[in-house]
Amino acid sequence: MIKERLRRSVMYAAGNNPGLLQNAGIYGADSVIFDVEDSVAVTEKDSARELVYHALKHLQFPCEIGVRINHISTPWGYDDLEYLLPAKPDYIRLPKGESGDEIRDIDKMITKVEEKCGFEPGSIKIMVSIETPKGLRNAYEIATASPRMIAIAIGGEDFAASLKTEKTKGNSITGGRELFVARSMLVFAAREAGIQAIDSVFSDLRDEETLINEVTMVKELGFDGKSCVNPRQIDIIHRVFTPSSQEIDYAHRVLTVYQEALANKSGVIALDGKMIDMPMVIRAERVLANARAAGIYHKEGN
Amino acid sequence: MTRLVRPAQAGTIESSDILVMLAPADEGTGIQVELKSPTMQQYGEHIRGLIIRTLQEQGIQDAIIHANEKGALDYTIKARVKTAIRRAAGQRGF
Repeated sequence: MIKERLRRSVMYAAGNNPGLLQNAGIYGADSVIFDVEDSVAVTEKDSARELVYHALKHLQFPCEIGVRINHISTPWGYDDLEYLLPAKPDYIRLPKGESGDEIRDIDKMITKVEEKCGFEPGSIKIMVSIETPKGLRNAYEIATASPRMIAIAIGGEDFAASLKTEKTKGNSITGGRELFVARSMLVFAAREAGIQAIDSVFSDLRDEETLINEVTMVKELGFDGKSCVNPRQIDIIHRVFTPSSQEIDYAHRVLTVYQEALANKSGVIALDGKMIDMPMVIRAERVLANARAAGIYHKEGN
Repeated sequence: MTRLVRPAQAGTIESSDILVMLAPADEGTGIQVELKSPTMQQYGEHIRGLIIRTLQEQGIQDAIIHANEKGALDYTIKARVKTAIRRAAGQRGF
């Protein structure tokens, strides 16, 4: 049985904006990231860190909350960790991950703080975004560098920039070709490591059609979810990533005939004239697990 | 014990935020708070008390504070006052 936390949508909230932080949980995103990196000016790093600390410490949120720190090679990265870990975010999101060593470094710091603060060991997780070819080449190493790793994500704009190209919009056929290989490789690494893959943000808030196309495409590629910066995109992303009632119905029937075949010890299984084999059974299990996690399927078993 | 060495500010006047301006004061003059708030009648005393408590927790006895509050929750008020203290004490926190 696949028991994974649902992360269809991962929404950023700018760390120095109290209005955004305190309301970030109410829009229904599966996961929210309080950002003290790119959305915070260099002169406000200290105030954002303080504000995020107090938000984590004093407010309650209906979803998991991660914190995107500055990279540990910047003057702020280690201080971000030291200051924010005691407020116990659900996970640390590292931007521009390039090696397993970075992850092991952060893992060590988290372990220390967990011990010092009396948190359950291993309870603070890590998510890493891949923004460069080097990071992508090391994606599997990064994904397996710590048992805290829950997901790797692609930072689309940064990745395209590091390729000396740009993130295109195009249409459903031509859109996103520059990231096609990178996205797929990221999914391969995530699947080999047994963790989740999260796609990057789509920044044109008015263009819902291309957003739907892009989410549909990354879902086909195998991604578990997509990042966003605006609550308006959450519903659209969820609609694409949540199984439809037809999909749920079919998955349910696949598993029913599979279990009947197991009980009757019959080797060959067919449903509606189509042969059912193991990959289809696994896919059906995944569909129902997703539907269950999304709260739209309640039958146990299967 | 934190010592304030120069005037500093933190926060903004955007909705849900508070702009805190903090300056050192002569020893023995106490903490003087000048507060502007759209909810002065209901929450004025509460906000003033929270600002003073936050300063005292950092070991500050004497200071002049001007605060322009725009509907900030307690966590924001605390965070902004603490940032202003660190800046006024000559630390940037990084």
